[in-house]
Amino acid sequence: MRSRLYPVFKYTVIALWACFVAGPFFWAMTTSFKNANAVQGGPTYIPWVQYKPTLTGWRNIFGGAGGIDVIDPFINSAIVTIAASAISLALGSLAAYALSRYRFKLGFIKNSDIVFFFVSQRIMPPVVLVIPFFYLLQWGGLLDSIPGLVIVTVALLLPIAVWVMVDFFNGIPREIDEMAMLDGCPPFQTFVRAILPNSLPGLTVAAMFCAVFGWNDFFFAFRLTFTEVQTLPQAVVALNSSIPPWWTLSAAALFGVAPLILLALWVERLLSKGNLSGAVR
Amino acid sequence: MNLSVTDLCLTVDGVDHLKNVTATFRPGRLHTVIGRTMAGKTTLLRALAGLQKVDSGSLTRAGADFLKTPVWRRDTAMVYQQFINYPHLNVFGNVAFPLKRAGLSRDEIQRRVRQSLASVGLADFEKRKPSQLSGGQQQRVAMARALARGTGILLLDEPLANLDYKLREQLRDEFKALFSDQGDTIVIYTTTEPAEAMMLGDVVLVMHEGRILQTGTPQEVFERPATTTVASIINDPPMNIFAGRLEGGQVTVAGFQATHVSAHLADQPDGAYQFGLRATDVSLASSGVEGEVTFVEISGSETFVHVVVGETPFVVQIEGIHDVALGDLVKLRLRPDRLFAFDEQGTLVRTPSYALASVEGC
Repeated sequence: MRSRLYPVFKYTVIALWACFVAGPFFWAMTTSFKNANAVQGGPTYIPWVQYKPTLTGWRNIFGGAGGIDVIDPFINSAIVTIAASAISLALGSLAAYALSRYRFKLGFIKNSDIVFFFVSQRIMPPVVLVIPFFYLLQWGGLLDSIPGLVIVTVALLLPIAVWVMVDFFNGIPREIDEMAMLDGCPPFQTFVRAILPNSLPGLTVAAMFCAVFGWNDFFFAFRLTFTEVQTLPQAVVALNSSIPPWWTLSAAALFGVAPLILLALWVERLLSKGNLSGAVR
Repeated sequence: MNLSVTDLCLTVDGVDHLKNVTATFRPGRLHTVIGRTMAGKTTLLRALAGLQKVDSGSLTRAGADFLKTPVWRRDTAMVYQQFINYPHLNVFGNVAFPLKRAGLSRDEIQRRVRQSLASVGLADFEKRKPSQLSGGQQQRVAMARALARGTGILLLDEPLANLDYKLREQLRDEFKALFSDQGDTIVIYTTTEPAEAMMLGDVVLVMHEGRILQTGTPQEVFERPATTTVASIINDPPMNIFAGRLEGGQVTVAGFQATHVSAHLADQPDGAYQFGLRATDVSLASSGVEGEVTFVEISGSETFVHVVVGETPFVVQIEGIHDVALGDLVKLRLRPDRLFAFDEQGTLVRTPSYALASVEGC
């Protein structure tokens, strides 16, 4: 009997999970096209039939009366995410390459300990880190500024980049490095000309992780910037008042995740096309 | 521009990978290094290339200290046992890679890449990625890259080991032709196969447990193996080595005394010896040394019968297919005129007269 019921069971579970994951998204989607009355009238999901769609929420996030303008926060978020991800990838792959190819030893500390040290920075709760970061930025005069936020975000993203890339570099045969050196490349050239070009899949995955974490960071931006610089998550949260304007909040949230969804689709296409895979046997 | 190695030593975890390795590699010669797996062949090549640090010893090239030269300035190309190419570059890019690093002009690079690819029979494959090629083709690309630069030293680490039998024979013949017009290049080629070592090599170095046991022309090494170990490494199947006694030129093995006097051993003092006899010089007969069959390999044109006499293993190579069952008791006839005699420590004291003649005649 198992063979008959198993597919039914399988697809039921998948369908339920899909609803659970997509549900909030669908809720936000419908809510963003409602007005106050439609929201307060209880849950409705089918436009035109159950409620009349309006663009109020969407107008509100682009500077409409009583709303906000998400363009500046969007640009701030983009700058911080892109700059921090790029710096993290550059520094992270250098560190990861060194950790993958050279043996370091300081007393009892070895390569694996250093890798764990990087990862451990993500294990610590952000609350622990924010106070020292605050004082550091204050001391450097970088509070409430984009460069300050970039530095802090790099500190958050670097461990991810190192972690992903160490693993990836470990999978590239050392003989490729050796051959490049025999072919006339000093170590740095070996990295740039022989290893990096074969690391596109790893770099893509690391970049993806960095972008997601950087883009979604709310906590550090909230604590380390005030009036001058506002990132997108901050702007969305700033909408929250005693009576939350759900339609505007929904529109802002959807606007905020849109870049990540586009990024994910693009990366997924890249990976599935095999443009990146199969570089190394 | 000799490459001289003196007393190279490397010990890892108490195991000698290189032990007092001393050798001189000359331009325009093909040196084959033969040894079983783990003999230290790869370690030696890696040390020559600068990829492996050694504990002690010296390495000089044209009088200069080669150990201090970084890998990327050693003017050395290497072909690995695993087919190693740059996965992100196509065939043309792979062969051009070292030429670009050397700063050659575009036209010169193009000319050399084309020539090199043509010489390994891959002229039409420029645009392919290594992953789209077969193992044999990948190894040819690696070969073309190594040849295109025209380096002073060319190292080949069992380049044919991972290929199938037919391809191996084909590439071996091609390599011989390729190497013969390499001019002043020092070529060092490692292998586990006696036939390969002797067919390709101008000079054969026999390596075992990190040491070089013997260096000589293929004939010298084959006909006058310095020790029992060399004798077993350089023969396929390995030479049969067994203990015996010599009295007045008559050999006694496992209680069986040869009926004939071995002429070449006649003036050898009586006593205990180790004898060596190739598998082709042992046959199954109606009388002789008695032993039990432990294993039979039939290759088609030959049958290899493994026999154990007391505790000593023998391999008998006979033509054609023979029906011998495991556990059979058989009698071995040992050709007395083909016996190599070694002292009890395993050092060669006398070769059969036919071998002597062929070495001295060349």
